[in-house]
Amino acid sequence: MRMPRLFERETVLAPLMLVPVALYMLLLVGFPFLMAFVYSFSNVTVGNPEFHMTGFGNFSAVLRDPVFLKSLLNTCIFTFTSIGLVLVLSNMLTELLMREFRFKWLIRFLIMLPWTAPIALGTIGYLWFLDSVFSPLDWLLRSWGLLGKPQALLGPMSNLYWLGRPGLAMASVIVVHIWRLLPLATMIRIAGMNSIPREVIEAAQVDGAGYYRRLFHIVLPLLLPVISVTVLFSTLFTFTDMTVVWVLTKGGPPDNSTQVLASLAFLKGIQGGDLAQGAAVSLFFFPVLAGLAAVVLRLAKKAVVT
Amino acid sequence: MLKKIFSKSYFYGGLGVFLVFSAAPFYIMLITMFKRSHDLFGPTNNPFWLNEAPTLEHLDLLFNQTLFPRFLLNTFLVGLAVVVITVLLAVPAAISLARLAGRWGESVGIGIFLTYLIPPTLLFIPLSRVVSFLGLQNSLWSLVLVYPTFTVPFCTWLLMSFFKSIPKDIEEQALVDGCSRIGAMARVLLPLSVPGIITVVVFSFTLVAHEYIYALSFIQDSANKTIGIGMTTELVRGDVFYWGALMGGALIASIPVAVLYTIFLDRIISGMTMSDVRR
Repeated sequence: MRMPRLFERETVLAPLMLVPVALYMLLLVGFPFLMAFVYSFSNVTVGNPEFHMTGFGNFSAVLRDPVFLKSLLNTCIFTFTSIGLVLVLSNMLTELLMREFRFKWLIRFLIMLPWTAPIALGTIGYLWFLDSVFSPLDWLLRSWGLLGKPQALLGPMSNLYWLGRPGLAMASVIVVHIWRLLPLATMIRIAGMNSIPREVIEAAQVDGAGYYRRLFHIVLPLLLPVISVTVLFSTLFTFTDMTVVWVLTKGGPPDNSTQVLASLAFLKGIQGGDLAQGAAVSLFFFPVLAGLAAVVLRLAKKAVVT
Repeated sequence: MLKKIFSKSYFYGGLGVFLVFSAAPFYIMLITMFKRSHDLFGPTNNPFWLNEAPTLEHLDLLFNQTLFPRFLLNTFLVGLAVVVITVLLAVPAAISLARLAGRWGESVGIGIFLTYLIPPTLLFIPLSRVVSFLGLQNSLWSLVLVYPTFTVPFCTWLLMSFFKSIPKDIEEQALVDGCSRIGAMARVLLPLSVPGIITVVVFSFTLVAHEYIYALSFIQDSANKTIGIGMTTELVRGDVFYWGALMGGALIASIPVAVLYTIFLDRIISGMTMSDVRR
């Protein structure tokens, strides 16, 4: 008789229903998160699990490592270029998808495919697209006379070796990442647009504001919260991701020209078994994560006030 | 009139460019999986079209001589287990946060959402030690154990806003009618939240199918690979790519996941942008 009555009390029932999630998250997110910090200040490896704390040794080793500096630079280029282009392109795509047209559901499905399909599988399509011999893209360029002839614009070789040359490989990785992120950014943007009252835009139109005036003075300011969330999310997501890089180039072509922090951490920590150095590399995600968390908290606080 | 035609052609032109950009890799998968090898490996042949009669040889190879069916099964089994765990964990937590926990519930909810932001590449090194400590290396159970770390926070958040949108009066009515607290939840709140729970089920499943990094870190055994890592590591032997099979497998596995995701896209997006926090 006592137990059921105990369950009627909110102060008992509420924590009780939260315990499983809290416990699980504590054990499998909180604890590993802490361990990532501990590892990075130690000399732990897979072969030698009895670790000693070594202070900032890993960080100074990592910071002196030219491969790490290259990866950090690559990660920044990768992130800023993709996010910048995704913002511009998603603005355009949103304009198009806000209109009504025939077979919209099918076109929307196809345009969303890069995000809704598993990215590792989608990237496999690009492996073929960018193949060193059979690349359909090269075939297209050759048939347009841009490649493979003595006077051709892109050179006399019959292939561009997209994933075999440092600059092109980086560009390929970025394009594939944009390809994947664009649908998400567009969907978030459309959701934001739909939340702007139509009357506001119509009123501006009646008052004679042109497209760009409406965009920069009304739409963008109203969308600012949505856009900032999009930017932060995709920045964190891009900064810490390695899937596209791993499937396309594994950090190569030789000399780490597309190596990013995440793939370097994987190489060191998982494949190389040097848990301490791997953890030290991945800890460079923390500032980005903390920045995003701060913004999310501020947004949430605002929501409580209003 | 002329202006209208002009703007219309701009519109369709722009849409066409984006459509080609997004769908081209999937189109090339579709074409390549039916291409005869002779056609596929002729550098002068049009790669965007079937120059010879279509063939099923690649699909035959894919289904009968590779582990592709096994990868699909593995992904499905892990997905199923993760979905069950996610629902069992997230539904009570979400109800608690939405209904019972009051003001501090808000903070806990935001705390749970923040854990969703921690990227897998920050956790995969310590988690690989946890997995090997538990003896789960190379086992699908390692994924069942770890995947809820990203499904639970998001799904709790999604369900929380869903439960909040159900009017409190309905439950209070049940309480007045003599239901217990738990009875009111089970008989009144749960039936009303079926659409929310279905979203969570579908979304967790697609996230499992999408996941790459944990699977790559924990599983080396060919027979235990899930679809993403299986396709990218097992069908490429050294320098030999089974292109036809690779393309076919990628397309066949992508489409069902993409269809499921697309159906629930709008609801997932509104959860992602925290549109409920800012409301």
